[in-house]
Amino acid sequence: MILDIGFETMPREDLEAIVLRRLKATIDRVYANVPFYRKKFEENHITPNDIKSLEDLKRIPFTTKEDLRDNYPFGMFAVPMDNVVRIHASSGTTGKPTVVGYTARDINTWAEVMARSLAAGGATRGDIIHNAYGYGLFTGGLGVHYGAEKLGASVIPVSGGNTKRQVVIMKDFGPTILTATPSYALHLSEVAEEMGVSFEDLKFKFGIFGAEPWSENMREEIERQLNLTAVDIYGLSEVIGPGVAIECHEAKKGLHIFEDHFIPEIIDPGTGEVLPYGEAGELVFTTITKEAFPVIRYRTRDITSLNPEPCICGRTHIRMNRVTGRTDDMLIIRGVNVFPSQIESVLMEMDEVEPYYQLVVDRKDNLDTLTVLVEVGERLFSDEVKHLQDRERKIAKNIKDYLGVSAKVKLVEPKVIARSQGKAVRVIDNRKI
Amino acid sequence: MRAEQISVFLENKAGRLAEVSAILAEADVNIRALALADTSDFGVLRLIVNDNQKAIQALKNRGFTVSKTDVVAVEVEDRPGGLHRILDILHQAGINVEYMYAFVQHSGKNAVMIFRIDPIDEAIKILQKNKVTVIDGSKVYTM
Ligand SMILES: [Zn+2]
Repeated sequence: MILDIGFETMPREDLEAIVLRRLKATIDRVYANVPFYRKKFEENHITPNDIKSLEDLKRIPFTTKEDLRDNYPFGMFAVPMDNVVRIHASSGTTGKPTVVGYTARDINTWAEVMARSLAAGGATRGDIIHNAYGYGLFTGGLGVHYGAEKLGASVIPVSGGNTKRQVVIMKDFGPTILTATPSYALHLSEVAEEMGVSFEDLKFKFGIFGAEPWSENMREEIERQLNLTAVDIYGLSEVIGPGVAIECHEAKKGLHIFEDHFIPEIIDPGTGEVLPYGEAGELVFTTITKEAFPVIRYRTRDITSLNPEPCICGRTHIRMNRVTGRTDDMLIIRGVNVFPSQIESVLMEMDEVEPYYQLVVDRKDNLDTLTVLVEVGERLFSDEVKHLQDRERKIAKNIKDYLGVSAKVKLVEPKVIARSQGKAVRVIDNRKI
Repeated sequence: MRAEQISVFLENKAGRLAEVSAILAEADVNIRALALADTSDFGVLRLIVNDNQKAIQALKNRGFTVSKTDVVAVEVEDRPGGLHRILDILHQAGINVEYMYAFVQHSGKNAVMIFRIDPIDEAIKILQKNKVTVIDGSKVYTM
């Protein structure tokens, strides 16, 4: 179902006129209210008046994750804190999270794009939505929640974890829409099976899955095991949260980006040059309706391509293909962003640990597992096994406290971790997705 | 009266123990006593050898993490209750035995046990006061 026929099926020409108007207004506002942007514009000898067409967007420099970090926590906000009604945060490269804020109108915008997304994924106001995205600082849970309420559906804010209880709820409440990370969806199906509950007997029709990379193979697997139609959803907190782009269940071929709110570009991550449609590169977003935390040409580090072909569903908004990779070494483990450098800072803060470590990611029973191999140097070593085990536990606890992700710590002999040209190979990702 | 033990960190995988013994043999080091404590992932090999310096150098050269630990070599009467008597003395004194293992060679009629105990000097004093023979390090290495 198309929730907002007016905007979602608007002829391109009309859409582009609105986009340009909104872009200009956003540029004016960030120039006036965010010192970071004003400085960047001035350094590049640009004033808001220079932005006369959508083509002119190219002239504005990019905004990066580092810029957000440099302005931690609220430096990028474009409104006084009085007008901010919500704050979310996600993990950043050096342990400092990326902080984003929302005005009341932003929350409403977010709910709207999320409601559109749910509708595109098959939900209607008559549906019961089992929302297994985590609630909290992470935007997944609350993002879907507000969208579901906006749509008028009944939402079960079950959040992540406690899988057995989730199966009982699915059986007793009869939800018809499942929202979760794809790996958790498969995990739910396995636990259900162990409990003797078959998805054949449940009422699910559609599942809306995202917040981590997945593949067409995984879609088939999920659709088969969970007996529902699975669509991909995309979003990131820096742009708004989930609901930036959604696959329509009619085509299931790429995600429509809500262009009346977000302008996508694909760039060559090396040169910064804008690439033509169809070519794969780094996805860049400019928000054009956000008040508290607008971003201009924000580099997502996600690799994908754009597809401007008309879609059978009737939406005129451009589609992005599945994200196929990252330009950095960020890992997404059970929906949590993990940077090897974050693990490194945890280890470096512990005196006795050497800076030699390796992360091994596996997917076991559809759940991502992270193993951190830590080399035992003389400072970490003890002749007593219990001391070594204590140290393993302490490292795991620090990682959990700092990053919010459970890891198994494994002590290894020195030089076990392969070093290539003096630099250790930090990540081994064994996930087949 | 202390003796020195060397400890080696080992991953729990086939062949690692053999590799250590090969390295020591190559370095002409004689292993006098040995004990392995392990978990599912790793182990700590404890060794009493005739030449600590040589052993440590050889192992470090091959990339092993090695440390030295002070332990006590104690003569234990080779009869029922022999070990119990020693443990009891230490227990009564409130001294904690972290671990212990047996020495290959006997000292005359008596067995020899290696104790990792804390605090070590107090333990030695108490054992000697109770007429337990503590063997000096220098003697242990060449027994
Ligand atoms: Zn479509």
